[in-house]
Amino acid sequence: MTGSSELTRLTAAELAEKIRTREVSAVEVARAHLDRIAAVDGTVHAFLHVAGEAAVASASLVDASLDAGTAPASPLAGVPLALKDVFTTTDMPTTAGSKILEGWRPPYDATVTSRLRAAGITILGKTNMDEFAMGSSTEHSAYGPTRNPWDTDRVPGGSGGGSAAALAAFEAPLAIGTDTGGSIRQPAAFTGTVGVKPTYGGVSRYGLIACASSLDQAGPCARTVLDAALLHEVIGGHDPLDSTSIDAPVPSVVEAARRGADGDLSGLRVGVVKEMGGEGYQPGVQAGYEAALRQLEKLGAELVEVSCPHFRYGMAAYYLILPSEVSSNLARFDAMRYGLRVDKGAGAEEVMAATREAGFGPEVKRRIILGTYALSAGYYDAYYGQAQKVRTLIARDFAAAYAKADVLVSPTTPTAAFPIGEKVDDPLAMYLNDLATIPTNLAGTAGISVPAGLADGLPVGLQIMAPALGEAVMYRVAAAYEAARDAEDGGPLIHRVPEVTA
Amino acid sequence: MTAPTLVDFDEVVERFDPTLGLEVHVELNTNTKMFCGCPTEFGAEPNTQVCPVCLGLPGALPVVNRAAVESAMRIGLALNCTIAPWGRFARKNYFYPDMPKNFQTSQYDEPIAVDGWLDVELEDGSTVRVEIERAHMEEDTGKSLHVGGATGRIHGAEYSLLDYNRAGVPLIEIVTKTIPGTGARAPEVARAYVTALRDLLRALDVSDVRMEQGSLRCDVNLSLAPKGSGALGTRTETKNVNSLRSVERAVRHEMSRQAGVLLAGGEIVQETRHFEEQGGTTRAGRRKETSEDYRYFPEPDLVPIAPSAEWVEELRATLPELPWARRRRIAGEWGLSPEELRDLVNAGALDLVEATVAAGATAGEARSWWVAYLAQQANSRGVELRDLPITPEQVARVIALVASGALNNKLARQVVDGVLAGEGSPDDVVAARGLAVVSDDGALVAAVDEALAAQPDVVEKIRGGKVQAAGAIVGAVMKATGGKADAKRVRELILERVQSA
Repeated sequence: MTGSSELTRLTAAELAEKIRTREVSAVEVARAHLDRIAAVDGTVHAFLHVAGEAAVASASLVDASLDAGTAPASPLAGVPLALKDVFTTTDMPTTAGSKILEGWRPPYDATVTSRLRAAGITILGKTNMDEFAMGSSTEHSAYGPTRNPWDTDRVPGGSGGGSAAALAAFEAPLAIGTDTGGSIRQPAAFTGTVGVKPTYGGVSRYGLIACASSLDQAGPCARTVLDAALLHEVIGGHDPLDSTSIDAPVPSVVEAARRGADGDLSGLRVGVVKEMGGEGYQPGVQAGYEAALRQLEKLGAELVEVSCPHFRYGMAAYYLILPSEVSSNLARFDAMRYGLRVDKGAGAEEVMAATREAGFGPEVKRRIILGTYALSAGYYDAYYGQAQKVRTLIARDFAAAYAKADVLVSPTTPTAAFPIGEKVDDPLAMYLNDLATIPTNLAGTAGISVPAGLADGLPVGLQIMAPALGEAVMYRVAAAYEAARDAEDGGPLIHRVPEVTA
Repeated sequence: MTAPTLVDFDEVVERFDPTLGLEVHVELNTNTKMFCGCPTEFGAEPNTQVCPVCLGLPGALPVVNRAAVESAMRIGLALNCTIAPWGRFARKNYFYPDMPKNFQTSQYDEPIAVDGWLDVELEDGSTVRVEIERAHMEEDTGKSLHVGGATGRIHGAEYSLLDYNRAGVPLIEIVTKTIPGTGARAPEVARAYVTALRDLLRALDVSDVRMEQGSLRCDVNLSLAPKGSGALGTRTETKNVNSLRSVERAVRHEMSRQAGVLLAGGEIVQETRHFEEQGGTTRAGRRKETSEDYRYFPEPDLVPIAPSAEWVEELRATLPELPWARRRRIAGEWGLSPEELRDLVNAGALDLVEATVAAGATAGEARSWWVAYLAQQANSRGVELRDLPITPEQVARVIALVASGALNNKLARQVVDGVLAGEGSPDDVVAARGLAVVSDDGALVAAVDEALAAQPDVVEKIRGGKVQAAGAIVGAVMKATGGKADAKRVRELILERVQSA
């Protein structure tokens, strides 16, 4: 019998194995994590909603099925998971971190939600996030910030800070995030966890409350590369309800992660992006990155320098395209059908205006205003049109780089986790967090962040990027690096996270 | 503001050249909506044909309806358009409560069909070619019912009720190029164009094309320029034009109104106007302080539509015989004069007569039933001929019963009345109402003898060779038998009895 607190330290793969062999029940595993949430989430605030009863009920179905001798629904059957509160769930509220959706119970499940349920994964609850996924610190949540388990005075990154913090605080071994400009990878880097942004269209967006449709991508979050891969295969794949979903088999990422753990990267070309790293990156981050490059070389990879000269325009293009789509996507929150309604004024227009004034936070309003402006007649070509051209140029930079290298690498973020409150009133400083992650979203390609050591006691991340549908090689390199780094360091980085105190 | 002076129509066309432009919105008759699987049936209980997608719920995503794309392409091909090899949807952003997402998904600057034409036949047999600029796909909005207030519009209403059943129903907007040079015939050309388009869409079976239900809606653009100037005046766009007759009236009124403004030295304001059915006039819509900026941009939730050449040709092969070609063929087959054909078309009876003929009736009988007795019935019930609860097959059966002598014309009408009253098939009505012609000689002979005995003077006349006098006796027998007697047989019996007596 494994102790309850020990269960929460296990990886998803380990838990799944123990449940499959009936060493522990799925209900015990669910309860261990619910207990852990009860103990630490008052401090961490990773969750906006904890679905204790539903989680236990779902886990007991898995137990009953396994006890009856039925094959597990998936390799992750019975493993608990924290779901970002941006996916619709019929049995839990869905707020996207916004007051405007406070208490909303969707009448339908997102495709990701349905796939998790069908896989027998226990959904523990919904995690905190920057409002409508706009932000890099989770401070823009309407429900208060999430704290970084490595240092509870610091942010866990964002927008998926809740999902990443839940992993680092051992509240869940798996989580789902969404990555529009880095919202999975940057929190992973800040919390010493693993986060994957799949190829655009690799995971269905149906039921994912949109931030920016052409950039949003759901992906797996975990404490190990293999766990992320296992979850990736559960949620990935074509969905007829999402026109932009790719109608092709999910890359064999689990096999790739297992193969990568053997550690040999001979013959693999790793592209070091000249424009990422160095100036503008914290010395500790840079040091971690350089150590990672040496590690990859030791594994047999050939390092090649590649240049992506248009990446420098990525930030500007991103902050035109994203707000443009946001301004349109968020127009539906008008008090007429669901969500908050402020009955002020005589007519529908006044009610809409009063509701949006009261229901949206300042960052959301800032981006709606930016986007409305960028799409306006007379400005469209200069802003949205130009930004789309930059997007094409960035995609070409990637294509040229991938002609020379199998994967590209960079630091995931320019800095490690920063103190709560430090950047919340400085949008440009906040936006710079995503400098290294944004190009991948603009190009629709794939990226992963894996822990690359500590800088002044705080985790930093190594970003590994791959071309569209090139996830297998990306996972392989990530798993190889993870195994080598852990071996050198004497164990997984996450084991060095301090115990959260209330 | 004083009411504008309307200028006499003859004077308008003497002094001005009108330029027309017509935008027609057609609701497609696909089983499901443009971007989701909800049914599109008209008249369902409010908000029963909705789902997360057409309600624009957070997280829901659209998926293009293939059948709608095919209908759009077939319409484009029938209008002699080029089908675009690649095109995206765009978002038209504006806030209105009946629009669930607060943007309309519409093909904006990348329409699926461009540069076509439609030849429109006028009353006198001449033809006008109307150039088509484009046909594009979009989704319909929901419906608002504004309760309270004087105008029935959102401003001044106490509250509004919203029905999203229509939200997301596929629409095709067909836009003409400007139609110059129609002069005094502008109102007729406008009507004839919409009529021809309606007939074409019906033949394609892509829409119910019912203007009264809103499945075909027309916006009339009109401008005037001084006669012979070759210039293009400022146009107005008149909406709420809900019948073919209204199309004609709206054009006529706008011509007279605009001429009044211009002749008084005024300027035409480019604006949206609303047609008032009752007076046949137009009134200005609410003036906006700023022009609406729809902030169009490509819809990121959908992938481009790129029809292959093979698909286009496949659809071209499905185009039906064009309505006007079909009419000419039918007129030839049935030996109709142009006037007879026109009456048939105007009565909306062509398809019905054709189906009745297909069910075995002669063209003459079928035509006579539909344009006479059945047209009267439709008229008195205030419905379209094709909405009468009788099928062409049933009409053909009635005609067959008359031909066989089982019914006479009077009984046949009673049978039709029975069918219309919902009493079942013609044979059901004959049986239930006991309407079969009395051809039992025994019963008839008694009635004939009785009638002959009552009118000995007529009997004398017949004996004297005035055979036509028998008509009076026939009438008496028919009256006595409640009209059920076979009149031809009665006449034969009368002559027999008179001669044999």
